[in-house]
Amino acid sequence: MSDAKDWPLWEVFVRAKGGLSHRHAGSVHAADAKMALEHARDTYTRRMEGVSLWVVPSAQITASDPADAGPLFEPAEDKIYRHPTFYSIPSHIKHI
Amino acid sequence: MYTTDLSGKNAKKPEAAAAEDPVLLATFEARVANDEFIEPKDWMPEAYRRTLVRQISQHAHSEIVGMLPEGNWITRAPNLRRKAILLAKVQDEGGHGLYLYSAAETLGASREEMIDALHSGKAKYSTIFNYPTLTWADIGAIGWLVDGAAIMNQVPLQRTSYGPYARAMVRICKEESFHQRQGYELMMAMMAGTPEQKRMGQDAMNRWWHPSLMMFGPPDDKSPNTEQSIRWRIKRETNDELRQKFVDVTVPQAEAIGLSVPDPNLKWNDARGHYDFGALDWEEFYAVVRGEGAVAKERMTARVKAWEDGAWVREAARAYAEKRAAAKVAAE
Ligand SMILES: [Fe+2]
Ligand SMILES: [Fe+2]
Repeated sequence: MSDAKDWPLWEVFVRAKGGLSHRHAGSVHAADAKMALEHARDTYTRRMEGVSLWVVPSAQITASDPADAGPLFEPAEDKIYRHPTFYSIPSHIKHI
Repeated sequence: MYTTDLSGKNAKKPEAAAAEDPVLLATFEARVANDEFIEPKDWMPEAYRRTLVRQISQHAHSEIVGMLPEGNWITRAPNLRRKAILLAKVQDEGGHGLYLYSAAETLGASREEMIDALHSGKAKYSTIFNYPTLTWADIGAIGWLVDGAAIMNQVPLQRTSYGPYARAMVRICKEESFHQRQGYELMMAMMAGTPEQKRMGQDAMNRWWHPSLMMFGPPDDKSPNTEQSIRWRIKRETNDELRQKFVDVTVPQAEAIGLSVPDPNLKWNDARGHYDFGALDWEEFYAVVRGEGAVAKERMTARVKAWEDGAWVREAARAYAEKRAAAKVAAE
């Protein structure tokens, strides 16, 4: 995909309000980080959807391959004892 | 909206699925049938990718070109309140275009390619924007009818199978509701005004009603890609189903403010539980698709001019960023 003339792509993360994590909102093209923040504001927070923005060059993101999702997440599959529901406790025992 | 597949008529038949790994294909079809979302790096058939790029970019182009007929009235809005509202709406449409271009980019289309395709006339956009906005009442008619039709089309697409497209649609639908309400409120004001204002309101209704109904695209029996698109969940209801829904909800809204619907064949059908309405002029529709709309040339000229006039800004910003990056490296 020739990106020769397009400005680089940035991924935008928005914190909706204090106490919440930043969450991926979408992406913008911008020449540099400062412009990416401005474009992110105009594109993704026109209705006060956020109190804080992160922009990350899309090229800097390393992603796992969905085709490998099976083997990648397999180690967690058979460890049901990591969940509280694995343990049966008599119902008269309270606060546990 | 503006999601009607306008190139359907000449679209190539999807390539024989045999060219693709049958196991991957079966897994894909099963996931989609199960209403799972497909995400950018997931395996997908080439025809699915191609159809989506075309549909999403066409949709993005429509949002962008859609700024022109309304932008044309910003300086002539009758008061500051209306001006601020119209400005915000037009800015939203620009935002919608950007969400959608980004979604198409996740499929491997570059922004530049898409914009080139629009400017060279290779890519289509919704026919509705090739009609002129002659009076202020047209701004009301567009918000109410055109954005109303868009909402009807877009709501089901919030559950479309391609994740980035579905997420863009969720965001867009949230914003469209304001567009439609401000348009209807504007029409209400016109219809509660002087006889001259009422006449303008009705005139806008007369000109925008049929083009709005055509926004849903050709009738189902003339819409060759519908079946595959529905199976792939990139279309969730047929053109005729959506059109009927739109007529059913919109007619009472028109009547409530004293507008008459310009269709002598419009009649409530008790047995069907729907309005019956007259046939649409599809020759006109195809003529507009071919670029023969009243202001098609004007629209593209305005787009290309804006793009070319902005070229030096894009280049200067890039050069500045490169210079600063180089200076930073030198300082380290
Ligand atoms: Fe829009
Ligand atoms: Fe809109």
